[in-house]
Amino acid sequence: MARLIAKSALMGLLPVTVGGISLTEVETGPVTSIAPFKGQSRAVSAVLKERVGLRFPPVNRAVAAGDVRLIWAGKGRALMLGAKPEGLEGLAAMTDQTGANAVLRIEGEAVEDVLARLIPMDLRSTVFKTGHTARTMLAHMQVSVTRVGADAFEIMAMRSMAGTLVHDLEQAAKGVMARRALG
Amino acid sequence: MRIDGHGRTGTRTVSFTFDGKSYEGREGDTLASALLANGVRLVGRSFKYHRPRGILTAGSEEPNALVTIGKGAARVPNVRATQQEIFPGLAASSQNRWPSLSHDVMAVNDVAAPFLGAGFYYKTFMWPRKFWEGLYEPIIRRAAGLGALSGKSNDEPYEKAFAFCDLLVIGAGPAGLMAALTAGRAGADVILADEDLQMGGRLLAEVEDVDGVEAHEWVSETLAELAAMPNVRMMTRTTVTGAYDQGTFGALERVSLHAAPGEAPRECFWRIVAKGSILCAGALERPIAFPNNDRPGVMMAGAVRSYLNRWGVSPGMRVAVFGNNDDAHRTARDLAAAGVSIVAVVDSREDAAPKGDFPVFAGSHVVDTAGRLGLEHITIRTGEHTRNIRADCLAISGGWNPTVHLTCHMNGRPVWDEQLLSFVPRPGSIPGMVVAGAANGVMSTRSCLTDGVRAATEALQALDLAAPDVAVPEAEDRAYAIEALWSVDGPRVKPSARKWLDFQNDVHVKDIKLAAQENFASVEHMKRYTTQGMATDQGKSSNVAALAVLADATGRGIPETGTTTFRPPYVPVSIAAMGAGSQGMGFAPQRLTTSHGPTVASGAPMIEAGLWYRPSYFPKPGETTWQQSCDREVAMVRNSVGVCDVSTLGKIDIQGPDAAAFLDFVYANTFSTLKVGRVRYGLMLREDGHVMDDGTTARLGETHYVMTTTTAAAGLVMRHLDFVAQVLRPDLDVQVVSVTESWAQFSVAGPRARELLNTVLDQPIDDTAMPYMGCGPVQVSGVPGRLFRISFSGEMAYEVAVPVGYGESLYRLLAAQAEVMGGGPYGMEALNVLRIEKGFITHAEIHGRTTAFDIGMDRMVRLKKDCIGQAASRRPGLLDEDREQLVGLKPVHAGGKLTAGAHLFEQTAEAVRENDQGYVTSVAPSPTLGHMIALGFLKRGRARHGEVVRLVDHLRDVETLCEVCDPVFFDPEGGRLRG
Repeated sequence: MARLIAKSALMGLLPVTVGGISLTEVETGPVTSIAPFKGQSRAVSAVLKERVGLRFPPVNRAVAAGDVRLIWAGKGRALMLGAKPEGLEGLAAMTDQTGANAVLRIEGEAVEDVLARLIPMDLRSTVFKTGHTARTMLAHMQVSVTRVGADAFEIMAMRSMAGTLVHDLEQAAKGVMARRALG
Repeated sequence: MRIDGHGRTGTRTVSFTFDGKSYEGREGDTLASALLANGVRLVGRSFKYHRPRGILTAGSEEPNALVTIGKGAARVPNVRATQQEIFPGLAASSQNRWPSLSHDVMAVNDVAAPFLGAGFYYKTFMWPRKFWEGLYEPIIRRAAGLGALSGKSNDEPYEKAFAFCDLLVIGAGPAGLMAALTAGRAGADVILADEDLQMGGRLLAEVEDVDGVEAHEWVSETLAELAAMPNVRMMTRTTVTGAYDQGTFGALERVSLHAAPGEAPRECFWRIVAKGSILCAGALERPIAFPNNDRPGVMMAGAVRSYLNRWGVSPGMRVAVFGNNDDAHRTARDLAAAGVSIVAVVDSREDAAPKGDFPVFAGSHVVDTAGRLGLEHITIRTGEHTRNIRADCLAISGGWNPTVHLTCHMNGRPVWDEQLLSFVPRPGSIPGMVVAGAANGVMSTRSCLTDGVRAATEALQALDLAAPDVAVPEAEDRAYAIEALWSVDGPRVKPSARKWLDFQNDVHVKDIKLAAQENFASVEHMKRYTTQGMATDQGKSSNVAALAVLADATGRGIPETGTTTFRPPYVPVSIAAMGAGSQGMGFAPQRLTTSHGPTVASGAPMIEAGLWYRPSYFPKPGETTWQQSCDREVAMVRNSVGVCDVSTLGKIDIQGPDAAAFLDFVYANTFSTLKVGRVRYGLMLREDGHVMDDGTTARLGETHYVMTTTTAAAGLVMRHLDFVAQVLRPDLDVQVVSVTESWAQFSVAGPRARELLNTVLDQPIDDTAMPYMGCGPVQVSGVPGRLFRISFSGEMAYEVAVPVGYGESLYRLLAAQAEVMGGGPYGMEALNVLRIEKGFITHAEIHGRTTAFDIGMDRMVRLKKDCIGQAASRRPGLLDEDREQLVGLKPVHAGGKLTAGAHLFEQTAEAVRENDQGYVTSVAPSPTLGHMIALGFLKRGRARHGEVVRLVDHLRDVETLCEVCDPVFFDPEGGRLRG
């Protein structure tokens, strides 16, 4: 019987480099939404701590241990990346979201300037530090933005919008680079 | 003329054209300074009377020197020559003239001026009434006006951006520089924005010392210190255009307008969010109203100094000066020092003392000017006597108006200051804003510098930052000596003479007086009656003088007269900048399914459904119309098998101990009784009892459901469920997550659907394993997926879902297998025909004004439990048998045409609104039945099956007799879908 082939969300769209800005697809591994049921937040956190060494992330925070990451994703909800959650049956709603998002890393010295063209949020390094995450808008799209380094962010958008996501970021980066070239 | 040894432009020459003629300027010139250097005085025609006009100012307040830059789609009208920097190849042209600037036939308006005063249009073009829109208005608009847009789509890059800071300092003159320096040294995150290409404000334009060095040198040193601070961001060519709630400011940056078009954005519209702000926008010099004060060559005295000291240009060689304050004399001194002949300094004040090597006329006024296309001489009145003096430039100063605009943007009203004879900002008008310098009515350089430090100290306190000790540099600190002079009256002033106030809108003193006389005496009424203060400059130079004249005409004081307010934006903002990135495809994100690639490759035209792109139909060789393809695809589904990507439907994962109770609450019908492994059709109501959406929901486990919504309402329903879970029923333990993007889902429909499916499933299914409305997990070619036995076509049909990454692969497999079996993919057209044949509704029917009763589903509203919309749906008006009810329609004669949007009438009734019986929502040519079919709503429709009604489409000119029937046209017993 024919086997099915999986295709990543940004296959064929990335990598892209504009000046010193690079866009690359992030290999997330399995992605699961974890939403603790009523009164189960502590229990969920305890299981996660035991199994993957991470607590359920506070609002607007992303945490990582090895290849496993937990990214806050909205009211009472986090995404687990890199491993499938175990031991949470009955404690939390778990929903597979693998492949549902286009996840990319944008990196470069001018990255804050590029994102400032699209994201209406204060992303200054003094305010939005490594490990901070937010659900916000990028142009007309709902996204999740996480700072993963001094000059690097991770952006998650709906998979169906992958093309627009790359286009918008590329255009913004081109504009920033061209205005720098003006001197 | 260029004055050697003056000004600080570059040495490189730059060629540009104005009205097609080539000129040379210097690097650093604005179009205005370069034209003046070339002796060009006439640059435009006025709005209404087409009077010749020249450059008045040196900044963004310029009312006259508006030009069009560029050609073709990229041309930009109404650009202020005073702000446009020249660059090699710049092509500027004048506006509102024909055939040329010096010979403008519409100047005949000026001859007819006695008949064209304020209110003229309103009085003259009243009758006949219908002539206004068709005749008068188009003619007036053509005769009067500014530059015109190209009317073409411009694809030059524009940009918008967001910025955040502790402190936004608006304006980088002496006060702004000191404020930024103080805040910068305190460690605050500062944005310093200035609309000029160079920071420094008046310090760049005046001959004076600051801290023992020339002012411009002090500016350079200060800018260097600021540039070295990592916490200070300097934005030149950036005009802060508006103050909004929560410390948000709009700003327009002219990113690359000073260079030939290239890759860089032309402009950027910023939204800056600041914890605090300091307004140091300076002050604008105002003209004096006297007869013929608008000739090319009449300029603001401060602007003349700017051109001389900054750009090394004298606007004339025989310059006269007229003013009511000491600043006017400064212009004379600077010009005289540069070797320019000063023919007269006319000072309205009796006590004005001669202060230089030029004739000073104290207690005197300019009462007239002459020169057709440029100033040739002026008439001066001293006492009763007049004399004519030859002059090619007249520098005027009526005093300075603090730039209070931004403080008015949140409804703050400025306060009249008797000493300054100006409005000053009302403190606290904008939360978190401190005003400093000339904008605050502080006029000497030294006091501006001091005020900047004071304002920063105040602002830093609010930010809990300690203000550093900043030494205020030594600088000029003269008192501001001025006497009131708005309009020159008295002897030797011709009663017929026009004394211009608003140069841009051709409003003169008599217009204001006429407004007052006709009882448009409130300042807001006067503004609208005369058009004072409208258009691109918004009365920056003229408003204060105009209301002083109004105050005089109505016998009130200026404070009692009040002022019109200022609204954003401070300068015109291009829509291209505000809407940057949203042109064309940028208007909305594109959502593509996993089958998009192979679908487009097979030649299917795509149509938009919400943000999604879906195939319309899949043309085969030999098919030339959509209907040929559609007919074939419908027959294919009815006779063999078809495949369709339905991933665009909303999919929502619902989990939790109270998931069933939650669904019972959001759906009109019951889901708690649904068995695991089964699917049920659900109808969702709004609070008002009307239908919100429909779809199927499957029970995957005791506490686990997955809901589908229509494509268009997916976002709406998700938002609704979040609202219900968080606000209406926080007692329920349930979690709701969108999984639309997680699953690729395909409909497999037709008599051979199961056969096709079994070629891709690891374990074949049969009717027992997967009965109609069954669901469950399946292995799809080695991948764990889900299968639902649901049908939107009336045929035996399944929806098979796999994790989204496998979507394209599964689609290719299904489509290829279907082709082998005599089937294939089908598009939206066929999908629509199939569902209309079965009487299935979409948002064409549940369009927001229909109820469950209207669509014949009232029995689904279960009264044994409560649900959203249930109570409201029981209102008698919503259950009235007279309501328009869902019906099917088929033409009485087989060839009859049906159109969606058409209205229904009784056979013999006249087709007018009063006789309207209903309307058509969906139509389809049915290949299965061999004629057109339609769904629609008809009064008491369910009781009228068999009756003949008349369909009338007034727009498309269609009239068809139709038989009313059951909305289910095909297989009403449903035998086919149960297999």
